[in-house]
Amino acid sequence: MNNLYIYILVMAIVTYLIRAIPLTLIRKEINNKFIKSFLYYVPYVTLSVLIFPAILYSTSSIISAIIVFIIAIILSYRKLNMMTVAIISCLTVFIIEYLLL
Amino acid sequence: MSRNKTFFKMGMHNGIPIMLGYFTVSFTFGIQASHIGLNAIDAALISLTNLTSAGQFAGLGIIAANSPFFEMAISQIIINSRYLLMSSSLSQKIEHNTSFIKRAVMAFGTTDEIYSLAITSKQPLSPYYVYGMMAVAIPGWTLGTFFGVILGDILPSTLVSALNIALYAMLISAIIPATKNNEKIAIIITISMFVSFLFTIIPYLKELSSGIHIIIISIVLTSIFAIIFPLKEEGHE
Repeated sequence: MNNLYIYILVMAIVTYLIRAIPLTLIRKEINNKFIKSFLYYVPYVTLSVLIFPAILYSTSSIISAIIVFIIAIILSYRKLNMMTVAIISCLTVFIIEYLLL
Repeated sequence: MSRNKTFFKMGMHNGIPIMLGYFTVSFTFGIQASHIGLNAIDAALISLTNLTSAGQFAGLGIIAANSPFFEMAISQIIINSRYLLMSSSLSQKIEHNTSFIKRAVMAFGTTDEIYSLAITSKQPLSPYYVYGMMAVAIPGWTLGTFFGVILGDILPSTLVSALNIALYAMLISAIIPATKNNEKIAIIITISMFVSFLFTIIPYLKELSSGIHIIIISIVLTSIFAIIFPLKEEGHE
């Protein structure tokens, strides 16, 4: 299965170039108002899309996922640090699923 | 020098939940890799060199089907195209005098989770902060894969669920605090999640891959937001 290593190489190079090209080539601060605003907002849009609705299917039960989704938003809004939010979320899922299953 | 060290340590510290989350997700990747006949070293090599979840899972399917190499390339471009946007926004966040080599190394660590922490950190972004996160996240991702192949289905599903949610909890805690002083961002997050949800239920749209969903929604919605809510001139820098 020598092909395997060619597949891995293709995957790795393509994925790396996608990540590296903008970061290495865009070296100046962009002054265009639209592009500036775009790049400022894009993390919130992209990360929101990554979170929802995928989070609903990330655990064994959609109920625990919905509860944790709400809890994580409340805790984050109160500016608890990320580690605390992550740990409380994990424990919540664990307890809910332990009780349900 | 010591400033770089401080950023590196901070990155390692903040990277710990990423490492734990990655370990379990890549553990399931390892299990899938073993199902198509890969050994632990080869599977771990995929994780070490790619450092991405959806792309790797899709890649396994292509390897298993023995599809042409260009198909592998195209699928990776589609699934991972969101990194183009992430990398572009990081280019504006990073310290401007950062060298080409440092940028090139940092680019390898552009994952959803590392990015979420990097882009929401206090400006400007030091590459050492990203290196610190990479230093714990990459071993977590690679070793998780390795043990997934060897150990298979030994983790109880409740534990896997619990650790899986950690990654989502982190992404949430990266974007939500900004809503407190900026209601535009709260509106943007709410609309984005709603539209993302619509894309998974509307006929035809729901047939598209999640990679396409992410890139279409990101470009279209962000453009609209950039037009309705342009940043004020003095706003940034």
